[in-house]
Amino acid sequence: MIGSVVIVGASLAGVHAAQTLRREGFDGRITVIDGDPREPYDKPPLSKQVLLGTWDPDRIVLPAAREDLDLDWRLGEHAIGLDLADRFVRLGGSERVGFDGLVLATGAAPRQLPGTGPLPGVFVLRTLDDCLGLREELDRGPSRVVVIGAGFIGSEVAATCRERGLDVTILEMAEVPLERALGAAMGRVCAGLHTDNGVDLRLGATVDGLIGTDHVEGVRLAGGEIIDADVVVVGIGVVPSTAWIDGSGLTIDDGVVVDETLQAAPGVVAAGDIARFPSRRFGQMLRIEHWENAIQMGEAAARRLLVEDGSDAPVYDPVPWFWSDQYDRKIQLAGHASPDDEVRVVHGSVEDRRFVALYGRHGTVVGVLGMNRPRQVMQLRPLVAEGASWDEGLARASVL
Amino acid sequence: MRVVVDYDLCESNAVCMGIAPEVFEVRDDDLLYILDETPPESLRDRVEEAVRRCPKQALSLSDD
Repeated sequence: MIGSVVIVGASLAGVHAAQTLRREGFDGRITVIDGDPREPYDKPPLSKQVLLGTWDPDRIVLPAAREDLDLDWRLGEHAIGLDLADRFVRLGGSERVGFDGLVLATGAAPRQLPGTGPLPGVFVLRTLDDCLGLREELDRGPSRVVVIGAGFIGSEVAATCRERGLDVTILEMAEVPLERALGAAMGRVCAGLHTDNGVDLRLGATVDGLIGTDHVEGVRLAGGEIIDADVVVVGIGVVPSTAWIDGSGLTIDDGVVVDETLQAAPGVVAAGDIARFPSRRFGQMLRIEHWENAIQMGEAAARRLLVEDGSDAPVYDPVPWFWSDQYDRKIQLAGHASPDDEVRVVHGSVEDRRFVALYGRHGTVVGVLGMNRPRQVMQLRPLVAEGASWDEGLARASVL
Repeated sequence: MRVVVDYDLCESNAVCMGIAPEVFEVRDDDLLYILDETPPESLRDRVEEAVRRCPKQALSLSDD
């Protein structure tokens, strides 16, 4: 039986791992380390309610972080190294924190715009500090906000800025936004939400650089065109935060590679955005950046640490699910979509922006996408869990 | 146990319905309806899971 656990990362995955350890009866020492000094908080509202200004940051503290779990919090302290042989995590001040069991949950950090340094008025959005800094600039009423990247974060920021009455341009390098996540047909539908709501959406737009010295003044496109901007938000994806465990002996390949029970090494597990695991269901390695996965995976990773005999450990193989709120629309995807999947609208209509579509691969239902149809998405989610055939999926969707 | 919904927070993601459809139902008006406000103890594990998984943290349980 392990005597002490260190959890590195105090966001959803880490905090839910701590909560699960206690629920499962673990009564040893639990140390939770995170470089962010703030009380652990929930991140989805950072691109929506908190950015809009309708929610105070106090409202997003994670409830699990306020439970009396007898945790040894080390917030505002960065883990900078890991020694697997002597089993300790090194902190910034060179202090060592020893462990029997370790949970890696440091998440991911936003990709920065290549070839640019820090410039006032240019933001990424990941932490509460990012959000509050951006919010302050938005409160000044900029004449134009440019969002670089039409992924989910960029799209939500654009929607929030429109709700604030601001002029917004989105610059997206691809010809179709979200193609990798949702395929071309549904990517085009999502792009339509921006144009429906008065956003200047530029597709196939390659950013060449930023204009401005003391503060951003614009974005220069390849080809020379300059788009004026008082605020620029960069939403071009994230990179797993693994720099601190490079060279530790763990396998790093776009995240920490774990086995199907979430173990990266004996007594070391990983969860959340940082962890890449082999999915039996989809027959491929997956690294999932979703809110729900962070909770489920944090819980599963904690339970894995408590299993003495690895052959008894359950396999982690969820049906991923996420949502994105943009304008007055809610996009939800259960399962996993690929650009090559067959896509069929089975309920409602794309024109009304209220519909459900199924994704099929090799004759099997692999995904359910909904726009403002949460009930139907949840009713059809089991199709993915069961690995239902495409015909079975169409039949069940037809009687919704 | 009694299920409590904060309707100011609920955004009808229907996660709860996916976990415990005996208790939670999101209908075609996109609103959440509680089918059983005081579900039996046999459903406790799933109802607690629904509370934990609510993306808006709009659900809670009280023990009266």
